[in-house]
Amino acid sequence: MSASALIPYTVETRPDTGLNNVKIGIWLFLASEVMLFGGLFAAYILLRIGAAQWPLGASILSVPLAAANTLVLISSSVTMVMSWASLVRKDFGKFRLFMGLTVLLGLVFMGIKATEYMTKFHHGLFPRTSTFLAIYFTLTGLHAAHVLGGMVVNAYLWGPGSAMWKSEPLRFTNRVEAAGLFWHFVDLVWIFLFPVLYLL
Amino acid sequence: MTEALEGATHHPEVLGWWRKYIFSVDHKVIGIQYALTGLTFLFFGFCLMMLMRWQLAFPGVALPVIGTLFGENRMPGGIMLPEFYNQLGAMHGTIMVFLGVVPLGVGGFGNYLVPLQIGAPDMAFPRLNMASYWFLFLGGVTMFVSFFVPGGSAQSGWTSYPPLAVISDGNGQTLWLVGMVFLITSSLLGSINTLTTIIQLRAKGLTFMRLPYFVWAQLVTGVLLLLAMPPLEVAGILQLMDRVAGTSFFLPTGLVVSGQVLAVSGGGSPVLYQHLFWFLAHPEVYVLLLPAMGIVSEVIANNTRRPLWGYRALVGSALFLGFMSFVVWAHHMYLTGMGTTISIFFQTTTMIISVPSVVILTALILTLHGGSIRFTTPMLFALAFVPMFGIGGLTGLPLGLTATDIPLHDTYYVIGHFHYVVAPGSIFALFAGVYYWYPKVTGRRLNEFLGKLHFWPSLLCMNGIFFPMLIQGLAGMQRRLYNGGVDYAYAQPVLHLHKLISFSAWGLAVSQIPFIVNFFWTLRKKATHEENPWHATTLEWAAPSPPPHGNFATVPEVFRGPYEYSVPGCAEDYLPQFAAVGPATADS
Amino acid sequence: MSSQQAKDHPHAADVDRHVRAYITVFVALMVLTLVTVWVSSLRLSLRLAVSVALGIATVKASLVAGVFMHLSSEKKLIVLGLALTVVFFLFCLLMPGVSDALNNRL
Repeated sequence: MSASALIPYTVETRPDTGLNNVKIGIWLFLASEVMLFGGLFAAYILLRIGAAQWPLGASILSVPLAAANTLVLISSSVTMVMSWASLVRKDFGKFRLFMGLTVLLGLVFMGIKATEYMTKFHHGLFPRTSTFLAIYFTLTGLHAAHVLGGMVVNAYLWGPGSAMWKSEPLRFTNRVEAAGLFWHFVDLVWIFLFPVLYLL
Repeated sequence: MTEALEGATHHPEVLGWWRKYIFSVDHKVIGIQYALTGLTFLFFGFCLMMLMRWQLAFPGVALPVIGTLFGENRMPGGIMLPEFYNQLGAMHGTIMVFLGVVPLGVGGFGNYLVPLQIGAPDMAFPRLNMASYWFLFLGGVTMFVSFFVPGGSAQSGWTSYPPLAVISDGNGQTLWLVGMVFLITSSLLGSINTLTTIIQLRAKGLTFMRLPYFVWAQLVTGVLLLLAMPPLEVAGILQLMDRVAGTSFFLPTGLVVSGQVLAVSGGGSPVLYQHLFWFLAHPEVYVLLLPAMGIVSEVIANNTRRPLWGYRALVGSALFLGFMSFVVWAHHMYLTGMGTTISIFFQTTTMIISVPSVVILTALILTLHGGSIRFTTPMLFALAFVPMFGIGGLTGLPLGLTATDIPLHDTYYVIGHFHYVVAPGSIFALFAGVYYWYPKVTGRRLNEFLGKLHFWPSLLCMNGIFFPMLIQGLAGMQRRLYNGGVDYAYAQPVLHLHKLISFSAWGLAVSQIPFIVNFFWTLRKKATHEENPWHATTLEWAAPSPPPHGNFATVPEVFRGPYEYSVPGCAEDYLPQFAAVGPATADS
Repeated sequence: MSSQQAKDHPHAADVDRHVRAYITVFVALMVLTLVTVWVSSLRLSLRLAVSVALGIATVKASLVAGVFMHLSSEKKLIVLGLALTVVFFLFCLLMPGVSDALNNRL
């Protein structure tokens, strides 16, 4: 088995770019995600400008629940970055604590979101009811799908994936950093979603 | 090395058949999977078109023998129903673009050659590579299956404009949307891999300005796919919501269908869909074009025994083309009632974007001057690309300006224009690539006689198909008419051309037989395993034919530019990038 | 740890400074969230409300991107790529929509 079968710069950085492959890969992915959510936001803007009337977000949606969710997600971003920082400090115990908290907070977010959706359905408010609700459900739905995806990855890194800490600590730290970048992005999207849908 | 590297292709000495050939993480196996899938769908999409051509040449006439195979709900008594014609039209476009040319050009050639040409052992993320192939496969299966659901496949054009696409019956359109999501995901994941690979895994000495032009083309293509695919995903999601969840993102208030007002909340915008769709679909055409230009450049440089003329201009043009491709999309939408300011903006950018293509074609032509041209089969296809793409590009100019677009929009002129660029354009380039790199992949050379037997009739038939379409379009014949315009007075003088086109299309089919025979028959011959049969200069020719897992016996190093042919004072007429002896140049 | 690997990762001391930044940003984000909710209760005109809400959101986003995602210390390649993407989005996707809407041609 030749050494050339091993792919360089997966963990160590390439001198001229100063980056490793995973970091470039995750940022490229996030660039495409910017275009994805950007496309949806653009659709929102076009639909709203073209609409004869548009309801005030707060009149249909629950601002307190969403505000709580905002605080939940921001907190989870902090715990996420702290879990990475713990690994850099070689504190595996703290990593598990913070990553576990991140997953938990993600669950809380999904729980609150589910409550919101259920309440809407209970009142006969569905995507087909109005353009506002259609774009609300689609935007928050796609975002929630991303939260779920992120949670699955984080849960894996907290659980079975964490075995890599013993064999390849640096590689594992990079993985957690990449997952963190994704998680922060999901938080970023919500930072715009919240005021746009709920407060305007 | 104490630490193993990410994605390290550690695997047991002997891989089972499934891990080696089906679920492989080796970029070469994946590249071949993409290429074979692409070629298969290219063939399938071609068959769809041949069926359409019967209806257009002989509208309302039963197709003997073959026509009886499609059943009463598609071709009762062998006579094509309009609904079936529309299905064929929509799926022909979808399949050729997303399941034919892109998988072959980007997934096939890109995947196989980029790591080899940059001296890497594999792509940066091998498992992601495998996943992106299987998403393509899933998308292909979904699209194929959609023919067999009640109501048939999508039938609102490959563009799937609402409201028609939203209100159409059956699950075919819904499956189309689901299939598109798979295909978009495949392209997105693939582009992340390609870009990371090119940025990070170049061999020692391989600076950006020493990259083969093919790699530059794949780089720009990757950027286009990465940034332009997501808005189409959005369009797909929103249309799915409209079809499945009853929303009306794209349905305006008060839409009347079959005499009744549609019971939806309204407030939607069909034009919104068009913006989202074309935001991808315009860069998509450069995704179809750039790998082709990359291939043609490699083949021309090699077969003229000269460096590519104007390497820097070529690179700059590719980058500029990629950038501009994002700001021209609404030239597909001139007739949607846009304001003059926006219209002027897009006309201007559209005119500007023709410049880099001209620069590239000019550079290729100037490369020929003073060269020792070898008329091998790949070279024939590559040479044909230049004038064919030239016609395609020139015919695009009247479409890019609103004054001339108004009578030409949605006519056969448009079909003629875009087919010239993709059919005798991109597809010829892909054929050139197949003939050129077949020896590297299989260790054998394709038969030259059969290659020429493939090339000349194909060239003739291509022109027989698409040139008359330009004439028909100028007469005003609309596209997507299931009976080819027999009901229109102004179409009468050009109706007879349908027969010429159809016979040329069937002739084109027959012309592919030498290629198919050649492709498979050559595999049965004994392999010669020539490492560098074309005496080429780029890195892939340093590897064995076919390259083993890991590609290179020793990690390659690059000493000069990619096209050092006919270097004065050199014994051979080529000096490979990877050869240690000989003069080193700063850039190519 | 090899010297290359040591260069790849911040040392524990650097992380201490970072952690202080994380906490500070956390508090700032919480405060800004409450501010943005409070401002919405003031029922400003649509133009003003949009400007303020998006302005605050941009500040929050910049903090997350700059501090949590380490963009403020990231390599030029990444920052440039992202900036390009964002510019593309802002220009390309908003332009036709806004223009069409201004011309009442939706």
